Amino acid sequence: MQSSENIVRKAVKKYGKGRENLLPILQMVRKENNYLSEDQLREIATEMDLSAADVYGVATFYSFMDMQPKGKNIIRICKTITCFMKGKDSIVTALEDALGIKMGETTPDRKFSLLEANCIGWCHKGPAMLINDKVYVELTPEKAIQALEEYR
Amino acid sequence: MKEFLELYQSKEQGFTITPDMFVDIIHESPEVTLPPKTAQELREYTSQLTFEKLDKPAIIIGMGTCGLANGAQSVYDAFQEALKKGNIEAMLIPTGCVGYCAEEVIVDIKLPDYPRISYSKVTPKDVPTLIEKTLINHEPLREKVLGIYSQGEKNSWGDLPEISTIPFFKIQKKIVLENCGVIDPENIDQYLIKRGYEGLQRVLKTMTPEDIIASVIEAGLRGRGGGGFPTGQKWKFARQSSGDKKYLICNADEGDPGAFMDRALLEGDPHRVVEGMIIAAYAIGATEGFIYCRAEYPLAIKRLKKTLADAERYGFLGDNILNSGFSFKLKIKEGAGAFVCGEETALIHSIEGKRGMPRPRPPYPTTEGLWGKPTVINNVETFANIPVIIRNGATWYASIGTETSKGTKIFALSGKVKNVGLVEVPMGTTLRQIIFDVGGGIPEGRQFKAVQIGGPSGGALPESVIDTPIDYENLKEIGAMMGSGGLVVMDETTCMVDLAKFFMTFIMSESCGKCIPCREGTKRLYETLERLTQSYKNENDPEEALLRFQGMVYIERLANVITTTSLCGLGQTAANPILSTLRYFRDEYEAHLYERRCPAGVCKELLTYKINTDKCTGCTLCAIKCPAEAIVGERKKAHYILSDKCTRCGQCMMTCNFDAIYVE
Ligand SMILES: Cc1cc2nc3c(=O)[nH]c(=O)nc-3n(C[C@H](O)[C@H](O)[C@H](O)COP(=O)(O)O)c2cc1C
Ligand code: FES
Repeated sequence: MQSSENIVRKAVKKYGKGRENLLPILQMVRKENNYLSEDQLREIATEMDLSAADVYGVATFYSFMDMQPKGKNIIRICKTITCFMKGKDSIVTALEDALGIKMGETTPDRKFSLLEANCIGWCHKGPAMLINDKVYVELTPEKAIQALEEYR
Repeated sequence: MKEFLELYQSKEQGFTITPDMFVDIIHESPEVTLPPKTAQELREYTSQLTFEKLDKPAIIIGMGTCGLANGAQSVYDAFQEALKKGNIEAMLIPTGCVGYCAEEVIVDIKLPDYPRISYSKVTPKDVPTLIEKTLINHEPLREKVLGIYSQGEKNSWGDLPEISTIPFFKIQKKIVLENCGVIDPENIDQYLIKRGYEGLQRVLKTMTPEDIIASVIEAGLRGRGGGGFPTGQKWKFARQSSGDKKYLICNADEGDPGAFMDRALLEGDPHRVVEGMIIAAYAIGATEGFIYCRAEYPLAIKRLKKTLADAERYGFLGDNILNSGFSFKLKIKEGAGAFVCGEETALIHSIEGKRGMPRPRPPYPTTEGLWGKPTVINNVETFANIPVIIRNGATWYASIGTETSKGTKIFALSGKVKNVGLVEVPMGTTLRQIIFDVGGGIPEGRQFKAVQIGGPSGGALPESVIDTPIDYENLKEIGAMMGSGGLVVMDETTCMVDLAKFFMTFIMSESCGKCIPCREGTKRLYETLERLTQSYKNENDPEEALLRFQGMVYIERLANVITTTSLCGLGQTAANPILSTLRYFRDEYEAHLYERRCPAGVCKELLTYKINTDKCTGCTLCAIKCPAEAIVGERKKAHYILSDKCTRCGQCMMTCNFDAIYVE
């Protein structure tokens, strides 16, 4: 657990112990392993003089604060209206088949997690998805699978 | 000169430029105040920035996320390589999104003494031809031309149309989006040259905070984040609130499905938003501010960071702004994927590091906001309107729009419409003009059915009301609301019950759970809709049928309870998608309810699969494939589907080679 201690301390040091820094700290710690462990939450609570329940409550409120171990690359497919109308279901099926996992799961080699997101602002070019910070638009099943190759 | 900032460091004899002169010098005639040599340098630099006087060609590539997602980077790389290979001198300039997203990648070429010419749908393959034809031979590549922007250049491109005359741009009025896709958003000097920060300079030098507020009230600007509250009034309340410290917040949490105006503004012209914020801070007396941007917009966050750093370097942000004695600090806060955080009190809690849950109002944030201090919270687009109101005057601004709604509104056009993208039109334009004139109508020869305006809190409007001029009041009257400005166009293939169900799913999962009407009520609404679209093994089960009817009988009453008793806007508007579809598409609900069928053919469980006996060859493929053994028939004779066995999986339809299977 040495490394997780480091990242928590680092984050608290960077942003400060003020309550308003809880979100940025959670974000930074999450980024390290693409998820927040309960140990980390407890540590953050200790470091910031907050109750563990309080920190847990905040972390679980936000959908980007993953509480389960996630893959190195996070795929977030827009599940919202226009992408839905433009056939995002077929993209989901294609990705599920290509990765051998279901929506919400992570590949056994921990390379990919497949998640849904709310509208990501690419409605006019749906179906759209984010892989980490990169946007992919006007997806077809083939294009979506091809996009995975960049991260293999 | 490499950047305007060098003016400060200008060390010519006996001359110093103070920050308060800075913007004026750039915008007005530099000869009056500057020594000849510096003035000369400034002129040259300026004409380069505006492409007025060029010594070499400029290639301007639309590289907003939009362009990038369509391969703008590979077009950029192709140009870079080709230029190097051919030893051709030209500048490569990245810019934001012009809004004509259907036509990306857009590449503009500006040759010395020629009007800027705009090409659409450029791929790396077109690059060599473009270079040869346009750069070297000075000819347009006709099949790719979008239009031209003339500024009275010596030479002409012949009969090519002006950009402003092509249908997509014709009825648009680009005021807030004027720079998007035209300037390099990461270059503060390009913003300055478009009269950027002139508004800020003017207010700091010549206006009191009260003057500014009066001006914004006179202009008639109303909040673009959804509610349409008069912005000047809001500022006035905050100004009048007592308090040693006040805060300003920009709401960039844009979460409405179908909305992307704020993202485009932040990515395409971030300095405009920041300038608007600094002016607002001065008007209300805030010393600290935040931009709360959702995590789903990584590029916007990156650009904002650079924007704030540059604005600070130039002295527009930070301590003693432009020597006026006024100080303002601005920080970015990144969201974490919670829709309800767009609600102002929830957003405030989120900045404070808490769960992003709303609280009852009053007290309004203008009296008790962030950390209990008076706080103004405005939308991105609202702030982006401020600089131009100051620059061109309240009277000018108030002359645009309708009686109650002034100025322009940006809409994000998506769905089943030919030209998707960003559209800025004066208030009072009709939905028909936006969808059919700008949007070019419905593709694939289909029929327009409805347009969803304002996301999940808005409503679906049918053809019969789309001639209503858009403003805050008119939209409310026809059962929708302005919302943030997302327009999702739907054709006859959309089922309105399914649409309402979709929005209920959204609201249900985004409800924060604090108040019961929203948490429980939306779930009950959803269940009612689900019963309509579900089929049960025994269609005649009296219990199920009873629940189905009962749900519909009470749906309006339940909707009413949720609307009137919910804590925040999320719940208060949650029933809108149902109410508006019930109002305009009641027959579709009835078809689901009484006839147990879905007229649009969307609700899978209500479909009846049938075989066209004329087309069926009796190949037996479907019968083999059917997992429910619901297809019967003799080899080489037409087959039949037993509807009580059919599970409506659709396998047969996908398998049939003769198009013989259809649904009703
Ligand atoms: C559920 C919910 C979500 C909202 N989302 C946003 C949003 O994403 N952006 C926004 O500017 N306003 C949003 N609002 C409205 C804000 O509460 C607030 O009214 C607005 O930011 C005020 O700015 P304006 O006066 O400039 O419109 C939302 C409101 C509700 C109830
Ligand atoms: S609906 Fe998918 S990006 Fe907006």
